[in-house]
Amino acid sequence: MTNNKLIDLVNISKSYGNNVVLDELNLYIRENEFLTLLGPSGCGKTTTLRIIGGFENPDKGQVIFEGNDITKLPPNVRQLNTVFQKYALFNHMTIAENIAFGLKIKRKSKAYIQDKINYALKLVNLDGFENRMPDSLSGGQQQRIAIARAIVNEPKVLLLDEPLGALDLKLRQDMQYELIRLKNELGITFIYVTHDQEEALTMSDTIVVMNQGYIQQIGTPEHIYNEPENAFVADFIGDSNIIASTMVEDKLVNILGANFPCVDVGFGRNIPVDVVIRPEDINLVKPEDGIIRGRVVSLLFKGVHYEMGVMAGDLEWLVHSTGLVPVGTEVGILVDPFNIQIMHKPESEDEQAAEIVE
Amino acid sequence: MVKKFVERSYIALILIFLYAPIGILIVLSFNASKSRAKWGGFTFHWYQELFHNEAIMSALTTTLIIALSSAFIATVLGTAAAIAMNGMNKTPRTILMSITNIPMLNADIVTGISLMLVFVALKFTLGFTSVLLSHITFNIPYVILSVMPKLRQLNPHTFEAAQDLGASPLYAFFKVILPDIFPGVLSGFFLAFTMSLDDFVITHFTKGPEINTLSTKIYTEVRKGIKPEIYALSTIMFITVLLLLVLINRRGTEKKVPLRKV
Amino acid sequence: MNVLNKLTRHTENSERSLQNTHVNNVKWLSFPYIIWMSGFILVPLVLIIFYGLTNKENGFTFDNITLISDPINRQALFLALKLSLFSTAICLLLAYPLAIILNKTKMKSNSFIVLILILPMWMNFLLRTIAWQNILEKKGVINNILAFFHLPALNIINTPTAIILGMVYNFLPFMVLPIYNVLIKIDKDVVNAARDLGANNRQTFMKIIFPLSLPGVISGITMVFVPSLTTFVISTILGGSKIILIGNVIEQQFRLGNWHTGSGLSLVLMIFILFSMAILSKYDKESEGSNLW
Repeated sequence: MTNNKLIDLVNISKSYGNNVVLDELNLYIRENEFLTLLGPSGCGKTTTLRIIGGFENPDKGQVIFEGNDITKLPPNVRQLNTVFQKYALFNHMTIAENIAFGLKIKRKSKAYIQDKINYALKLVNLDGFENRMPDSLSGGQQQRIAIARAIVNEPKVLLLDEPLGALDLKLRQDMQYELIRLKNELGITFIYVTHDQEEALTMSDTIVVMNQGYIQQIGTPEHIYNEPENAFVADFIGDSNIIASTMVEDKLVNILGANFPCVDVGFGRNIPVDVVIRPEDINLVKPEDGIIRGRVVSLLFKGVHYEMGVMAGDLEWLVHSTGLVPVGTEVGILVDPFNIQIMHKPESEDEQAAEIVE
Repeated sequence: MVKKFVERSYIALILIFLYAPIGILIVLSFNASKSRAKWGGFTFHWYQELFHNEAIMSALTTTLIIALSSAFIATVLGTAAAIAMNGMNKTPRTILMSITNIPMLNADIVTGISLMLVFVALKFTLGFTSVLLSHITFNIPYVILSVMPKLRQLNPHTFEAAQDLGASPLYAFFKVILPDIFPGVLSGFFLAFTMSLDDFVITHFTKGPEINTLSTKIYTEVRKGIKPEIYALSTIMFITVLLLLVLINRRGTEKKVPLRKV
Repeated sequence: MNVLNKLTRHTENSERSLQNTHVNNVKWLSFPYIIWMSGFILVPLVLIIFYGLTNKENGFTFDNITLISDPINRQALFLALKLSLFSTAICLLLAYPLAIILNKTKMKSNSFIVLILILPMWMNFLLRTIAWQNILEKKGVINNILAFFHLPALNIINTPTAIILGMVYNFLPFMVLPIYNVLIKIDKDVVNAARDLGANNRQTFMKIIFPLSLPGVISGITMVFVPSLTTFVISTILGGSKIILIGNVIEQQFRLGNWHTGSGLSLVLMIFILFSMAILSKYDKESEGSNLW
């Protein structure tokens, strides 16, 4: 990944009737970056992708590609290619014809096209499928063909619209590795749209969390996971306990009546905040050793860990732990200071609205 | 903008093409002159006259009875057949579907003639019954093709679930399967009814000299001139259907409307 | 299409399970229909073949078939072929743009479009055709309009042109609907994918949209061609008594009681119908006729 901006979205707005899908969106994508647009359905992520691809025109704003304004350019002359949600293969053509489609339009030589077909099929591990028809392939295979069809055109950017959405879990995980490998081999920019936070965390260099047409947070997967900027992000990325609390002073927060030491400073005194604590960051100890006391009220075995509900301070805390604590046990709750993430209460109405939805 | 205007105009032209003759027929039903060719002033006369014209009223009755009963019988037979075919293996189902398609794709004149030959071979007097049997025959495929897609959408496990909960197969059918496929059954019925009502060719060959439906009655009058009462009757029928459809659409019933060659 | 295939695959699986559990309960439901079908679809076809290949003494003969080479019959067949091909072509040329426009309007009331095309059928089709007499005849609507603009009158009624017009009028909806029904099922993203891969509007249409709409086109062609080829009503009403199509010849033979001759000529007609049906089924395997509406 370099620091050159490849695509710059400037003040993009888009609405359908009264429904505002994107509102003054600003975002840049760097060369050779794997950027994921992540959010619930209706958050505007697919619309953003389709505006980059040229399938939608923004009402306002510009799409800048390598310094040129391409906002009004139709999709067939843009130097980027899309992998569609349900693959959108041409079912009346063979696999080879599907892959050759873009190259034939560019009037490439027969030999060149043949080379490209062989190369692309090898790349997606589907050698020998040239003469098959798309509907004789499994979902995962069709997905690979859709990718092969796009990359033979040597786009600078590959747009992927929930490409794994229609696959089952195991296949989805395999394809995630495959996509990372492809990205590294091709050395091009990927813009990836998904609602699956795990996919986003696994593959991306950068995650853009979106909700209700607004960008909620941009950052690396680690950053987004460990330091969510608001309750929406915290809630959307992984399980978490989001608790309305009060910042007593620097490095001390009052959660449900108990004072927890933390590492955040600069919020001021007695300021209402939201606190995010990941379930795996909560340590269950003897009642007298905890900062707050509680009682285990539910217990589920989840394979790698136990999921417990702990009633403490009139709130059921979600706790993940590898150790089993039977239901009814009195426990104390302890959290390492650096595992307590303090967030400002949302300020604008928009942000609040954005939170209510999920 | 220009493109949109051209597109709109094109739709409008086609619609004028399709509806102009209907407009003319409605105008003719109010024409005081008996002749089709000249306008003799506005009148409701033919609408009053219509109900006293026994030949037309009897043709109407025959048409409606045949349309209703053939549609009903075809719906029962066709729905049963569709359910059975849906449960079959691919090969027998394909064979049955191909045969089912024959009356739809075959020319009406051939269907009509071949049915007539059967009735004659069986020494069956051509008349009401032969027309009814013929109409049922060409109606069944439309019912099957309306019901089949609904059956395919059906979750097969609901039927099992009903039985699992203690329902007898028959009870499960009426409580679980039928409500799900009912829109298809209903549109099959309307389709069959429409086809029967609009049929001329097959009726022409299978009716014998004794009876007339509206279509065959009109055909006998083509040369000597159509009685204006017929325009009045057709206008009433057309407007009735139009109003019914508007009402149904108002209530937001998403019904697939039927179609067939004339 | 992809999804469609999955769906069919899925339903086939479901069918299997449906079949395992209660196939024995429902198989009998098809028996009345199978008996009916044999009696009223298959036996009639066998009979028409039998009549077509025998003479009045029930002796085997090809005479009824070869009668088609009789000048009058041959002309009637050729004229019917010519007029039906013309009307099919005109229907296709009128219907395809219409289907595209209707598909573009994104009117979600799919049924409304179907309705508007079907509604005329509720006016008896003989009457609708007769109304064209009013429009086309010497002192008809068209000539009145032309006279108003001081243009020369057209002489259309009782010509082959009038018959073609009648065919196009009656069968146009059967061309529009199958094409429209196929077009609305084309995945928008398949079209987008073609654009994405560099195809311009014309290339997208030629390489993607048209090939994918072919089943609808074929089905439309059959649904216009077969009834046009075999009609005797339209030619009777709009062609006057001088223009005779093969449909008129066959109808006349039956009216005169020459069933063997009529059946023989029908068999010739059926060859053409079978031919177009064969083409149809080649392109339309899976949908089992559901393209028709």
